[in-house]
Amino acid sequence: MFIKDIQKILDAQLLVGEEFMDTEVRSACGSDMMSDVLAFVKDQAVLITGLLNQQAIRTAAMMDMVCVVFVRGKTPGEDILEAARDNGIAVMTTTHRMFTACGLLFEAGLNGGCHIK
Amino acid sequence: MSENSLHYHYVVPGDDFTRAGIASSAVKKTLKQLGIYPETVRKLSISLFEGEINMVIHADGGEIDVWIDDEKIVAELVDKGPGIENIELAMQEGWSTASEQVRGLGFGAGMGLPNMKKYSDELIIDSTVGVGTKVTLIVNIVK
Ligand SMILES: Nc1ncnc2c1ncn2[C@@H]1O[C@H](COP(=O)(O)OP(=O)(O)OP(=O)(O)O)[C@@H](O)[C@H]1O
Ligand SMILES: [Mg+2]
Repeated sequence: MFIKDIQKILDAQLLVGEEFMDTEVRSACGSDMMSDVLAFVKDQAVLITGLLNQQAIRTAAMMDMVCVVFVRGKTPGEDILEAARDNGIAVMTTTHRMFTACGLLFEAGLNGGCHIK
Repeated sequence: MSENSLHYHYVVPGDDFTRAGIASSAVKKTLKQLGIYPETVRKLSISLFEGEINMVIHADGGEIDVWIDDEKIVAELVDKGPGIENIELAMQEGWSTASEQVRGLGFGAGMGLPNMKKYSDELIIDSTVGVGTKVTLIVNIVK
């Protein structure tokens, strides 16, 4: 799956990262608690979150994640978008709620892909 | 550390949560530029980020020193916060004293210290109640 597929499946609005649309996504993590996200390293992962602050982007950056999706129609401010540009991370927002967003992606073949360490 | 190690120093303000994680982001960029193996960079970055966030949410900020040589990356996080009363308890997954407000900022799952333990090759916590906390993280460089 590619970032452009995520946008399509979630009917999401892309806010940062037009140039990353063809980047591959292999796994996903959905959480509002960043230490839960940091507990499992995934490759080429997307973060689905309702947490709207710069730490969501920094968490994704620490994990080498490629994309952050904000759920429930949350629209990040310029500071968040700037942090994403700075770290080369695609950002989009979807009106779907967390459970639905995760379900749709899972159904389309994306899985948790967790491996420890 | 050997004589030709690189040294970086960061002040982490305690009163501005939006800045929490900036030092770790800077360190991550530096390590990448130095061409250090990505998995090593990720291990150190995650551990340092958790430590930096802890400094801000539990200890009103502090200072970070990072040394890099050919063999390892050493990070020292020093704060003058309340200290940790029971380190063994604090190390347990899910144990947290974070407030509802902190949880609303995405932290307080009680996973930070366990994560630091998991991703670093060595974790030393030196804490005195009422004085402060010193956390030392060591990640070996894989060649
Ligand atoms: N620098 C510090 N100063 C004082 N207390 C600390 C410090 N770091 C950690 N603690 C204490 O240890 C507990 C556990 O820390 P840990 O990082 O594992 O979880 P957390 O910060 O509460 O939540 P999370 O890391 O999942 O966001 C904290 O709730 C806090 O009571
Ligand atoms: Mg923590």
